[in-house]
Amino acid sequence: MRRSLLALTCSCIAVGAAAAQRPVLRWGGDAEGGAPYVEADPADPSRVRGYDVEVAELIARGLGRTPRFVQVAWAQIEASVERGDFDIGMSGVEDRPALRERHAVSIPYFEFREVLAVRVADSARFRTLEDLRGKRVGTLGSTGAYQILIDSRGALGVVPISYDDDVHPYTDLVAGRLDAVLLDHIIAERSLRRLLRERSAARFVIQPAAIATGHYVIVLAKSDGPLRDSVDLILRGAMGDGSLERIFREWSVWDQSQAGLFERVRRAVPLAVAPPPSVSGSTATYIPALLRAALVTLALSALAMLLAVIVGAAIAAGRVYGGTFTRALLTAYVEIVRGTPVLLQLFVLYYGLSAMVRLPAFAAAVIGLGLNYAAYESEIYRGALQAVARSQLEAARTLGLGEWQILRLVRGPQALRLALAPMTNDFVALLKDSSLVSVITVVELTKQTSIYATNIGSWVVPGILCAIVYLAMSLPLARFARRLERHWSIA
Amino acid sequence: MATLLVQDLHARHGDREILCGVTFDVAPGEIVALMGTSGAGKSTALRALVALQPFTRGSVAIGDVALRPGRIPAERFLHGLRRSIGLVFQAPSLFPHLTAVDNVTLAPIHALHVSRDDAERRAEELLAELGIAPRAHAYPHELSGGEAQRVAIARALALDPTVLLLDEPTAALDPARRTALGQTLRQLAREGRGLLVATHDVDFAGAFTDRVAVLAEGRIVEEGESPAVLGSPKHEATRKLLHHERSI
Repeated sequence: MRRSLLALTCSCIAVGAAAAQRPVLRWGGDAEGGAPYVEADPADPSRVRGYDVEVAELIARGLGRTPRFVQVAWAQIEASVERGDFDIGMSGVEDRPALRERHAVSIPYFEFREVLAVRVADSARFRTLEDLRGKRVGTLGSTGAYQILIDSRGALGVVPISYDDDVHPYTDLVAGRLDAVLLDHIIAERSLRRLLRERSAARFVIQPAAIATGHYVIVLAKSDGPLRDSVDLILRGAMGDGSLERIFREWSVWDQSQAGLFERVRRAVPLAVAPPPSVSGSTATYIPALLRAALVTLALSALAMLLAVIVGAAIAAGRVYGGTFTRALLTAYVEIVRGTPVLLQLFVLYYGLSAMVRLPAFAAAVIGLGLNYAAYESEIYRGALQAVARSQLEAARTLGLGEWQILRLVRGPQALRLALAPMTNDFVALLKDSSLVSVITVVELTKQTSIYATNIGSWVVPGILCAIVYLAMSLPLARFARRLERHWSIA
Repeated sequence: MATLLVQDLHARHGDREILCGVTFDVAPGEIVALMGTSGAGKSTALRALVALQPFTRGSVAIGDVALRPGRIPAERFLHGLRRSIGLVFQAPSLFPHLTAVDNVTLAPIHALHVSRDDAERRAEELLAELGIAPRAHAYPHELSGGEAQRVAIARALALDPTVLLLDEPTAALDPARRTALGQTLRQLAREGRGLLVATHDVDFAGAFTDRVAVLAEGRIVEEGESPAVLGSPKHEATRKLLHHERSI
């Protein structure tokens, strides 16, 4: 009896030690993408759940490892796995030629359809992309759907609108900002369920005909070929023994197309994958798009700066000349704007106020950045106005000039000299900050670069090209600021 | 009849009384030196006369324009005063972003609504009279101290005031330029203007002013024709001032 107890104790210790020593499988995904891929567990937000979570656990089990989730932005999954942040990347990673060229990629484990969602009233007239000439069609940037829309821009006259998340395209569709959304059927169905759950009156329908089909895969670092082979083996096994089907059924994403996919994979029928684009070919294709995006950046920054200068000057004048109430009000504006992130302000302006005022994305971007920078500009102008010597103002007063004339003819011009160099520096900063507006669907230089980088699977060439364009815009301005500073300091 | 009449002027900085009943006058064509040591209240008196500093009691009359005690009136009520009296500051305070001629034309164009052509013609005449016509298109940082001061005088004269105040005009000038300035002031007085020069420059006051009023501890303690006051001072404060200035 004592011997058997000892043996049991020993075996328990051995099992516990083995579990503790079991190597970890780090898998990267984006919980912001939400269910059914990966989402924070409502019962315990420190844990994640979703069918990709269960697929990751299945693979870890097959490898004899313990799964550990690593949060990563969806668009960065490929770059992160290559730099070793985790071992395998998943959660809706789309199979495409560039992915296979740059990374080790598993066999496909899920087949999705790119589907069109349109408002109920438009369901009869917008059935395909051909019906959407001149119409605004939203999607998630850097996806296969976005590439389809870009390709359709020239051929079909569709206007692609890129989003950074997969929720707002549908809210903008029901709000009337978009005419259609093209995205994976899982995402479309999830959004429709959400609206139904919220008992929202404004709804959309999903057109039954798929625009295209694609596959989700698991992505690994290029050098991780052996691990990829093991993952493939486990996936094939799970397709054969029904465990993958059980996971998909549990999350209500099983359909006959998955059965077809499993069968093709089992028979090892090669899936149609177009030849990967060459970097030089992609670069030639993207350069016009990058230049267009650079123009958007320049126009956006120039207009936002113009607004910032006008509003900033008014705020500064109000804070220098205004009464107690005006000064308090303007101080509050400056402190609130400077104390909150510009991203939050853009979200509030574009999405938060959409029930009251439905601003076009570009206008919202100009107003959002302009009003944000106005707070910073006003501080520069206020400092500059206060730096003009009192004797200058008194001299102007003894000459019979009124306060407004003094501001316009004496104080303002002198303050402008002091403010011009910091203003130019701010404009350079604004050029770079303008990249933030991609969150409200404006495709400017950085966003276009990100799309380009995702398409070819590398940041090297896109990053260099993007940096060159930014420098071409900002260096002359910085040089201009230095010259001004030198010139005025002599004066 | 006096062109500038100051009676019983009281002014304070916070709790400190700077002027305690100052009375003096300036007649047309006369140059009066307001003398006193540093801190005697000369600049405060000048600033009160052009409504840059409030005064608590007394009265100021420039021709038929009067200033009352209390808060400084809004600029729109001061048009008459601004046209009647000009001030040349100790530091010339030229507007650095404007050329000499633009400094001179600024007020005529914008305060008096004179046409630009007329204002420029008059500015060029004034700059020529003051001997700085060749510097008309120079910016203030390109002018010497003496040139800048003459531009500041031209700027004040462009409004054609009947009274011109100058605060320590010789402070930054060498002897040759002091003489030139004195001759300029004489010429302005001959044209009928009344000039009040706040200074502690005894030699300048002796050479170029008609009368001297000595300010000490907020009051005029001695007043009279310049040779008499500076030659045989009667008040202790005047003697101290002269002794101090001559020993420098």
